[in-house]
Amino acid sequence: MAKFEYAPAPESRAVVSIRPSNGLFIGGEFVESIDGASFKTINPASEEVLAEVTEAGEADIDSAVRAARKAFEGSWGGLPGAERGKYLFRIARLLQERAREFGVLETLDNGKPIKESRDVDIPLAAAHFFYHAGWADKLEHAGLSGGSGRSPKPLGVVGQVIPWNFPLLMLSWKIAPALAAGNTVVLKPSKTTPLTALLFAEVCQQADLPAGVVNILTGTGRTGAHLIRHPGVDKIAFTGSTEVGKDIARSIAGTRKRATLELGGKAANIVFDDAAIDEAVEGIVNGIFFNQGHVCCAGSRLLVQENVADDVIMRLKRRLGTLRVGDPMDKNTDVGAINSAAQLARIRELSDIGESEGATRWTAPCVLPERGFWFAPTVFTEVSQSHRIAQEEVFGPVLSVLTFRTPQEAVAKANNTPYGLSAGIWTEKGSRILWMADQLRAGVVWANTFNRFDPTSPFGGYKESGYGREGGRHGLEGYVTTGADQ
Amino acid sequence: MSPAARRTVTTPSTAAPNTVADPRIEVRKTYKLYIDGAFPRSESGRTYEVRDSHDRFLANAAMGSRKDARDAVVAARGAFGKWAGATAYNRGQVLYRVAELMEGRRAQFAIEVAAAEGLTTARADTVVSQAIDRWVWYAGWSDKLAQVLGGVNPVAGPYFNISAPEPTGVVAALAPQRSSLLGLVSVLAPIVVSGNTAVVLTSENRPLPAVTLCEVLATSDVPAGVINVITGRTAEVAPWLATHQDVNAIDLAGAAESDDVVWAELERAGAENLKRVLRPAGAGTDAVEPDWSRTPDLTRLKAYLETKTVWHPKGR
Repeated sequence: MAKFEYAPAPESRAVVSIRPSNGLFIGGEFVESIDGASFKTINPASEEVLAEVTEAGEADIDSAVRAARKAFEGSWGGLPGAERGKYLFRIARLLQERAREFGVLETLDNGKPIKESRDVDIPLAAAHFFYHAGWADKLEHAGLSGGSGRSPKPLGVVGQVIPWNFPLLMLSWKIAPALAAGNTVVLKPSKTTPLTALLFAEVCQQADLPAGVVNILTGTGRTGAHLIRHPGVDKIAFTGSTEVGKDIARSIAGTRKRATLELGGKAANIVFDDAAIDEAVEGIVNGIFFNQGHVCCAGSRLLVQENVADDVIMRLKRRLGTLRVGDPMDKNTDVGAINSAAQLARIRELSDIGESEGATRWTAPCVLPERGFWFAPTVFTEVSQSHRIAQEEVFGPVLSVLTFRTPQEAVAKANNTPYGLSAGIWTEKGSRILWMADQLRAGVVWANTFNRFDPTSPFGGYKESGYGREGGRHGLEGYVTTGADQ
Repeated sequence: MSPAARRTVTTPSTAAPNTVADPRIEVRKTYKLYIDGAFPRSESGRTYEVRDSHDRFLANAAMGSRKDARDAVVAARGAFGKWAGATAYNRGQVLYRVAELMEGRRAQFAIEVAAAEGLTTARADTVVSQAIDRWVWYAGWSDKLAQVLGGVNPVAGPYFNISAPEPTGVVAALAPQRSSLLGLVSVLAPIVVSGNTAVVLTSENRPLPAVTLCEVLATSDVPAGVINVITGRTAEVAPWLATHQDVNAIDLAGAAESDDVVWAELERAGAENLKRVLRPAGAGTDAVEPDWSRTPDLTRLKAYLETKTVWHPKGR
């Protein structure tokens, strides 16, 4: 049968207008930097420069923290929860209204397929604001006092540092609960994906959010490090690498600053011989090739029961042959661009190591564009537990396949990493799902599904995948104190 | 406690030293460590003098070492799976059983607490009651935590989605320096009730009630390895627990009243494997020992819990 060809279906970029140069959002206004520098953000699919962005300096950070403190002690702190909530509802609605604009901008700046920006990132970001809006006047009902009899109170100024893989969505995971609980925020988006955060600042203006409640400081890792160490910050919320997470944990040791850390992962996606194999294959593909594998909870290790391994791998390769890799702005694209040259280098390096350590490499047949950063979906078989591609987070479209014979062996292998963020189970046997879910040391377990997210559902890891939860009632805990503090 | 007072566990009197009327020489107790359900001496062969509040000699306690701490972590890790997997009803009964057995030995505890903390017998008796009641309070939480802290999440899609608390793993605790029994129980019970296993470093200068508690634990239904107790120098042993890569969480309560322990350093060391850290009470860099007689809230329990969320599609 001839391969079904798709006609190009490009999304228009006319819906966005990108300012050639961008300041910082402090105290409700876009301002020039005091002591910063500037850098360029590019479209990773074309290497085209999209805009010039400010790298906030220490004086800028100081100014933003002061603006946040002023808002906390003033207009925002004095506001009843019900009114606070209305601002969050407004923001949710504005994100829905401008969803197309956000989706296109996210894809341009990040490289992810427009299908994902449009159907996942932006709707979920709006949903996070809508969900948390309702909490603002119901914190007393959230069970946060732990029987202490004391009302939950906001912590103050929260410093938030987010990654580049889901820029607006991670912003919403951070800002929505912080504001719902009555805190104010200084947020630093990732160096490579600052544009939707700057557009979000415009949404804050459109919502008439009081000045200083949300401050956006674009910058580099250095900016983030300064923000985290700023003495005026009461709490840190970070999503990113385990290495930086440990550094944050060290930096707040011996202080009363708090942190929630959402870090790396090396999730096992476990397929039993009685699974619905075609559904499992879809789940494997979604688990590791969704968002180019730039997902901390990605199912980067496939653990497949030995007696069905050949069948599963054969069907997986066949399915990967149909993935459309290329222009992220094309509505039919499944796998977009790698976010940056640095990340591409990291993926290449670890993949080469996988090969040199003895694993068998297979690359999906696809034609990659000439410009931009690309990496074809890759599967390693014959992987053993000690291989670096079975232990380290690749954060790219690279799957390591291992096999097992018994459920006990699957559990032992799945848990055998320093991480504990997520895991997947594929079997038609209900009792086995529940037993496995109990045994897996991971914060999120997807059974017969993978990579599902919802604002009501707590997300976060065990062990070196960090601490604290985001989303749901549990996510509020990180943004309040009941004065108990041991 | 005077040597004579240790002759019997049933009369908490501060009897005069041996008299003509009572020529019997008492049999004194050797205070050892408690690791994996056994009472070893420190592998280091070291002991240190424990003195009462009037600086009178009470006993030689084992001076635990790095190796002892590591052995204790190995025991705690070994016991974790089964203890975490026990039913909540079972764990609740096991903790309640500890209270039952303490009640039977309350006189002995009162004597030791009075000697260690310089309390009157009546006051020590009250403290023992509070310690026993603390086990009962926490025992009752075992089968309620999941209902109070977990629940079904109404996700926007055809999925069943549920969150429940789980124990984080092996928890190290620096027991309070001042409150040798009530403080100890107040940090220990919230660790183990949810299924964690514990390595506890006792009060440095008041370790004897803790060792007697171990005798209760050894004869109760607490499985070997679930609670391991090290006596010794806090500043010497604590860093080995803080840096240990197989310890999931650390309670720094015992950094208060302990001049040579800097809790910031222990927290910093714990960051290497992202330990969950329960900081000592107090403001800024200070560490103060709280009033353990207050009824607890869920703060300590929650410090050692992970939330696990499970998704499954719904369909016909």
